[in-house]
Amino acid sequence: MTMRTPLGRVLYHGSAHDGVGHWMVERVTGLALAPLSLWLLVSLLSLPHVDYISASAWVASGWNPVWLSLLVLLSAWHSWLGVQVVVEDYVHGFGAKTGTLLLSTFVHVLLALSGVYAVLRTVFRGVP
Amino acid sequence: MPERPLSPHVWHYRWAYTMTLSILHRLTGLALTLALVGLVLWLAAIGLGPARYVAWLPWLTAWPAMVLYGLAIVALVYHFCNGLRHLAWDVGQGYERRTARTSGWVVVGVAIVAALVCLYFLARHGAGP
Repeated sequence: MTMRTPLGRVLYHGSAHDGVGHWMVERVTGLALAPLSLWLLVSLLSLPHVDYISASAWVASGWNPVWLSLLVLLSAWHSWLGVQVVVEDYVHGFGAKTGTLLLSTFVHVLLALSGVYAVLRTVFRGVP
Repeated sequence: MPERPLSPHVWHYRWAYTMTLSILHRLTGLALTLALVGLVLWLAAIGLGPARYVAWLPWLTAWPAMVLYGLAIVALVYHFCNGLRHLAWDVGQGYERRTARTSGWVVVGVAIVAALVCLYFLARHGAGP
């Protein structure tokens, strides 16, 4: 005989109700990253030099700080969601899975914030 | 965690190359996570100022770094093309088996050509001043 209530037996066996949001954000960030990643690829491959002056001038020029920050933020978001799906599929056991997901979350938040901070520092230092 | 019923494991299905393409999408996605780490490190080097950047520059232009840029380009180009294929599926297009297989070959073909073009420009960069 079990002391569990009918409600207790069904709890946590159904949908968490955030699957659609996860799915949709993965697509929307992916769609937004399509033009941004093309822009980054073409810009980096056409940078004439990679010395400090050329690199910082490129980071700070025009609307590049906006595109770069957007790119870093959206990539981190998209990557966080993607890594989560892969981890949930292939990392087994509650501890290992939770630990990997936590680590991934921390790393992605750190990446997003440091990327934007680095761009802002370059902008406000000004190009020599 | 509650025990839930699982669908048959992937090895129980007859292998089709579209499955390889699907796995490649995940692998290139993971590789691009590492590429994002690289991009943020580069931005951080610029953000930390000329002294730090000059100190890091030899590492950024060493040949192992060039190889990593090449791999990142291949991963990006494939993930980009196959990502567009996924987006088409997500709006309900191209689900027929024939279409899905053809679009798979198109993605591989376009990705190879685009990657070769990018790698050409990267190599020219590496050889330049």
